Amino acid sequence: MKFGVVTFPGSLDDADTVYAVRDVVGIETIPLWHKDRDLHGVDCIVLPGGFSYGDYLRSGALARFAPVMSSVVDFAASGGLVIGLCNGFQILCEAGLLPGALVRNQSLTFVCGQARVKVERADTPFTGLCQRGAVLRLPIKHGEGCFVADESTLRRLEDNRQVVVRYVDEGGAATAGANPNGSLNNIAGIINEGGNVFGMMPHAEHACEELLGMKDGALFFRSIESWVGREVRR
Amino acid sequence: MNLSPVDEKTALEHGLTAEEYAGFCEAIGRTPNLVELGVVSVMWSEHCSYKSSRAVLRDLPKEGPRVVQGPGENAGAVSIGDGLAAVFKIESHNHPSYIEPYQGAATGVGGILRDVFTMGARPIANLNSLRFGSFDHPRTRYLVSGVVAGVGGYGNCVGVPTVGGEIYFDRGYNENILVNAFTLGIVRENRIFRAKASGIGNPVLYVGSKTGRDGIHGASLLASSEFDDETEEKRPTVQVGDPFTEKLLIEACLELMEKDAVVAIQDMGAAGLTSSSVEMADRGEVGIRIDLDLVPKREEKMTPYEILLSESQERMLIVARAGAEEEVREVFRKWDLDAVVIGEVTDDRRLRVFAGGVEVVDLPIAPLAHGAPVYERRWAPPTRQADMQRLSLTDVPVPGDYNVSLSRLLASPNIASRRWVFSQYDQYVGGNTVVRPGSDAAVVRVKGTEKALALSVDCNSRYCLLDPYVGAMTAVVEAARNVVCAGAEPIGVTDCLNFGNPEKPEVMWQFREAIKGIRDACNALSLPVVSGNVSFYNETEGRPIPPTPTIAVVGLIEDVRHHCVQWFENEGDLVVLLGRTREELGGSEYLAALHGIVRGTPPWMDLAVEKAVQAACLRAIREGIVASAHDLSEGGLAVALAESCISGPDEPLGAEIELEASIRPDAWLFGESQSRILMSVRSRHLARLREIAAEQDVHLTVLGTVRGSRLRIGRLIDVDVHDLRDTWASSLANLMAGDPRPEAV
Repeated sequence: MKFGVVTFPGSLDDADTVYAVRDVVGIETIPLWHKDRDLHGVDCIVLPGGFSYGDYLRSGALARFAPVMSSVVDFAASGGLVIGLCNGFQILCEAGLLPGALVRNQSLTFVCGQARVKVERADTPFTGLCQRGAVLRLPIKHGEGCFVADESTLRRLEDNRQVVVRYVDEGGAATAGANPNGSLNNIAGIINEGGNVFGMMPHAEHACEELLGMKDGALFFRSIESWVGREVRR
Repeated sequence: MNLSPVDEKTALEHGLTAEEYAGFCEAIGRTPNLVELGVVSVMWSEHCSYKSSRAVLRDLPKEGPRVVQGPGENAGAVSIGDGLAAVFKIESHNHPSYIEPYQGAATGVGGILRDVFTMGARPIANLNSLRFGSFDHPRTRYLVSGVVAGVGGYGNCVGVPTVGGEIYFDRGYNENILVNAFTLGIVRENRIFRAKASGIGNPVLYVGSKTGRDGIHGASLLASSEFDDETEEKRPTVQVGDPFTEKLLIEACLELMEKDAVVAIQDMGAAGLTSSSVEMADRGEVGIRIDLDLVPKREEKMTPYEILLSESQERMLIVARAGAEEEVREVFRKWDLDAVVIGEVTDDRRLRVFAGGVEVVDLPIAPLAHGAPVYERRWAPPTRQADMQRLSLTDVPVPGDYNVSLSRLLASPNIASRRWVFSQYDQYVGGNTVVRPGSDAAVVRVKGTEKALALSVDCNSRYCLLDPYVGAMTAVVEAARNVVCAGAEPIGVTDCLNFGNPEKPEVMWQFREAIKGIRDACNALSLPVVSGNVSFYNETEGRPIPPTPTIAVVGLIEDVRHHCVQWFENEGDLVVLLGRTREELGGSEYLAALHGIVRGTPPWMDLAVEKAVQAACLRAIREGIVASAHDLSEGGLAVALAESCISGPDEPLGAEIELEASIRPDAWLFGESQSRILMSVRSRHLARLREIAAEQDVHLTVLGTVRGSRLRIGRLIDVDVHDLRDTWASSLANLMAGDPRPEAV
């Protein structure tokens, strides 16, 4: 099992992701470079957080044109696993690999803190080791994390059970108070119809170590590892 | 191009005095042309030359066994063992932030980051110290939201977490806010880069953003003069930040520094290309020759004057090893940044600048840099100093309901939760943040070691106004006490000295007193001042700000597992106070916020006692017997108790304090006696804690127990901690939303 973490110019959580997955969770992980189309045989691609190309235009709008992204699109089309965190989620939406868009937070300010998310689906490659309905604690830090989609897309997402994680309160209820950015239906993360591309705003990579306060994020990387392991045995 | 000699009138318009102009003409043996006048006017500005402060700053202790780099470089550095050093500095960006709050604050963050990674250090944490006017001033909310968004906008996008800081509101800053930014980086001790040019014939490379017309004369006309009603017109002198380019610049510079190509490197900060080339040449006792035609520009038809004085951001000047030019270009190409040879190191100790084949500047380096004027400014205490220190407590009524007083203090903008601010900053990026904003000190671990660093920035400018000597001393010991409460040994100081016009004797008196205070406190605690910044001329319409010597302290935690936080952790723990409480209310937040009184003398400071209290606290934390430790500061014992109950990430915990006041009750509850630390410990550890306190001769009082969901303090206070938390947590957001300020009782 090998993760590849893409560095775009302006990526910020790329090195943290490599450190967390490789050195803390203990799964082989290599960096990938935005100018390089070669994916070096990785089993899962991580598009990390940050402000790719400064995000001066619209979050993720330029990163989708990076040379590496054409390989990522092909990889996803052939069923390869892709996970986008924060800016990575924004890039996946801009690239058309996930539906909907992430717009400015309702507060109009950047928001950093701890969020609680409920795992709506425990049968995806990204959440297989979670309990369905479990409430995880994960950090968030973004200015444009408000998930929006038109009515029919939103209905399709819900009907197809493509919402994987949702912002909730301590009791697991998706209340307005638990929604940090105004996302429709408290959506924190979604999966594509094929079930192999996942994007979410919270930062799994910054929740892998007890010392740093949170460790629920490791579940996502371990789930992927276990899924890939099973696929290989199959 | 007009290269004819200038006249005195033009020199005065550039901010030089007649004497300075005459002195410079004499030093160079002729009359300068306009470009040369531009160069000397920025180099001799207060901001670049430290001409009013240099003589006084000599008093500060700068040496110590851990000091790797003291003042005089881009930033200071102290050893943290394992071959690593902590590189840090704090710097002001006050005037730009008042004129254009978002860009002013953003470029303040960008500038201090460059000072740190210029040394070869990867930045791992930012702090900031912000001062605004009172909430009843019409511009305050605009300035607060702009500055906070600017700090976040830059720091968040460049990938360095903002892990702490302080923010104060006082009408003394109504028309002159303070924005002080701090960066900490980590470097291998044997890979520190300095800004000392050497090697005759070595190429000088320009890297980073292209040069534009922004920020021309930021250092001389903006940072080195007072504000008046024409201040708005100075907006074009504020620079514009591009954090994306800064991020690329960080990665490119640090990657280049892994190779053997860089001889010297300096940020093009204040006074841009001029100061970076002059200062590098001065340190290396060499000359420098530059061809302005080669400088990457983003605007057409820029004059030599504009190119030399531009303060465009995200630029660095590198002296490379001859023959390594292509190596430098290759790294910067990878990161899509410019890297251009624009000149070379020469042996004539002159700055020679060419444009269009014509020599536009030919000046000796020495008089521009270390030969700049040094002034021994006149000083005298303000006439109303003695009167301000007079305070008769018999005239201060005792509150009727202490629950209400406590609640009002917790809602005071100077005490209320800073969450509204910190939630706009990325606190996680880098993956090292162990203690986030909200405790006495932030804690960041050092990857690859078991160590961590604790960081705090502090200054009570009300104390400094009433007594700058004691106030500055208190700023040092309190910042140190904060990192001690996190379980760290204080190892280094950086200071940002914000004062009014130094040409006024009373401002110079405040400055001298403050430096003495910093000196004495640092000597007592064996703390070196390794870097810093002086910001004078913080006044508007002739009114200076309260003296504000902001102090940042870096502390070392040898074993990160033994870090400590300020909030109570366990039901049933004993609540213990180290240090003594005196009947003193002078300069307190209680008097200011609840009685509208800013008078008296700041709390008594005994440096020997302070040192003992800190030693006892650190010893106990390192032995692993302390559950929480919290410095007592604004709002005194009652506020510290409340904060320990309500500031944690989980459900608040109550406390039962059985002790009764032995002094005036409001002084006992809200007085700000120094050298006190509030702790909670398991009851089985009390005996050992008593031993440690006795060894240091520190006064220890058992106050009560962590229990339930109410804070009870004797017969004076009894209130639900959830209510306290709601008040404390929502106050700043409410104030920003425009809710009226609570009235004084």
